[in-house]
Amino acid sequence: MRVASRSRLTLAPVLSVLLAFAALPARANDGTTVFSDPSRIASIGGSVTEIVYALGEEGHLIARDSTSYYPKAALKLPDVGYMRALSPEGVLSVNPSGILALHGSGPKEAVDVLKKSSVPFIEVPEHYSHDGILEKIRIVGRALGADAKAEKLAADMDAKLKAAEKQTASIKERKRILFVLSTQGGKILAAGSDTAGAGIIKLAGAINAVEGFSGYKQMSDEAIVTARPDVILAMKNAGRPISEDELFANPSIASTPAGAGRKVISMDGGYLLGFGPRTAEAIHDLAVALYGDQVTD
Amino acid sequence: MADQSIAGAAGRVAMAADGDGSARARTVILLLTLALALSMLLSLISGASDASGLGVVLYWLTGTVPADPALAARDQLIVYDIRLPRILLGVLIGAALAVSGAVMQGLFRNPLADPGLIGVSAGSSLGAVAIIVLGTTWFAPVTMALGTLALPLAAFLGGMTVTLLLYAVATRQGRTSVATMLLAGLAIAALAMALTGVMIFMADDRQLRDLTFWQLGSLAGATWPKIGTVGPAIVLALATMPFLSRGLNALALGEATAGHLGIPVQRLKYTAIVAVSAAVGASVAVSGGIGFIGIVVPHLLRLAIGPDNRYLLPASALLGASLLLLADAVARTIVAPAELPIGIVTAVAGAPFFLWILLRKRGIVDL
Repeated sequence: MRVASRSRLTLAPVLSVLLAFAALPARANDGTTVFSDPSRIASIGGSVTEIVYALGEEGHLIARDSTSYYPKAALKLPDVGYMRALSPEGVLSVNPSGILALHGSGPKEAVDVLKKSSVPFIEVPEHYSHDGILEKIRIVGRALGADAKAEKLAADMDAKLKAAEKQTASIKERKRILFVLSTQGGKILAAGSDTAGAGIIKLAGAINAVEGFSGYKQMSDEAIVTARPDVILAMKNAGRPISEDELFANPSIASTPAGAGRKVISMDGGYLLGFGPRTAEAIHDLAVALYGDQVTD
Repeated sequence: MADQSIAGAAGRVAMAADGDGSARARTVILLLTLALALSMLLSLISGASDASGLGVVLYWLTGTVPADPALAARDQLIVYDIRLPRILLGVLIGAALAVSGAVMQGLFRNPLADPGLIGVSAGSSLGAVAIIVLGTTWFAPVTMALGTLALPLAAFLGGMTVTLLLYAVATRQGRTSVATMLLAGLAIAALAMALTGVMIFMADDRQLRDLTFWQLGSLAGATWPKIGTVGPAIVLALATMPFLSRGLNALALGEATAGHLGIPVQRLKYTAIVAVSAAVGASVAVSGGIGFIGIVVPHLLRLAIGPDNRYLLPASALLGASLLLLADAVARTIVAPAELPIGIVTAVAGAPFFLWILLRKRGIVDL
């Protein structure tokens, strides 16, 4: 064992890596909440774009990301790509005077370069709740200098959401829902806590059948049987639509109340999970699909 | 650092490279050098924005004052912070992947050998995935301290750890068995993938999406600090490789024969493995999974200039760098202002072309 010569060869690259720490990047931290020039805004994130349109401020928009496909008018704007895989040069190429991005936009390197350019960058936080929607509206409105409009929209939304939540307040028998993200290869990927799926289920007066994990995870057959969902909830037009046959061919799903009654509700992903201006309607639609005429208007 | 004694001890172990063949190889290398220069120029002037790469470079060189200072500042940022680091990273990684593939194929005397085979890539992936998934919890102090450098560093260390582990398993009394190393590599790769699977299971929704994009591979994360991190490792690894070429040529005749020819086989194997690990670990670290280059580039060149490693290694470096740059130029512009992951481009563009070459040359490919 000629350890000496070996470790020297191995250490060299490692050392060169350690030496590079001297060149650590500076953290860009941009504390602006209002765009100084809101004339050319790139909007990243479906719900952010929807809010801009709901505020009637769409005249500021010059670009969107691929998750911004509603309202239809937004499709006419150039698409800078998926919000989590932004290309910094692509975003800069549309010459924005400001970038309005939903929390989770990335990758970090791209966001760092964008912050380094002189273009102001405002991040909109995301919480899957009633108050989260109002917060988004106020932050987007403030960024575009439309505070008064945003207050009005937030008040409207607050009333609409309260009404939508009240529709199911008197229901005694709460339905248990399993939100299925995908059934790829017979494996069920389901929504746990801290997901948009869990948030919308709660707002519609139902119970998330999944307990004990957060985020989207693959569920074991036994866990699905124990979860006893009354209804399966799934997304439409987000990648491959869930096929009902494949879903109910899964023996564990078939053994649940949802499987026995072949009860599955499919809704548009952006509409169901966006937590934006259309969420009150989404809550109503989901509640009606779940509880039918028990829903009080 | 470089193991010059391999070249020295090997004396002049020349393969059957007749004058005609070497002249042709030199011509090809010259053409590939030109191709690389052109690819770099093309990458500099192409992008989603209308920033003029040449204009900015001329401005730096000559100091001519640009017409619109605000736009000039934006263009400078685009060229200096986005295009240049990507060009440099593309050259480094393209060369590293292609040469690593060629060296591995020579070492294992198997045209399908690839750094992915002995678990180096799997180890790097494990390191990277660990940072993506546990960066906010277990490894929070590390990621806080290192920022965006935490991921490349972790991937690099993952690849190196696998390599050192392989050596511990496959070396007996100072002799490394290539067969044992291959099998151990498969086992270690399986273990690394299993641990990566555990991480993926622990990941939340956002991390899962980050993982997916990282696995597709991209040069999009190119920044100067990252080049500072992985550049030296790749350059150093590439610098050792020319000294391996004669030894690898002799190794093609079998280990015993190479030994009789005076090649220090043990040291050759060791140097090759460490160099490949450093190059691949560093590449996977910053760009994720870019497949295809390590196997295809050496194959194409063997068809063009033959198997002599003295020409094959430098030619692989040049062609690998050019191909990755061109693929990246396509990835950056084809769906502008969005961007495609480069792994998709290399596979879509390269695989059919490679199959076509194989079909045309079927009688000649004899590896």
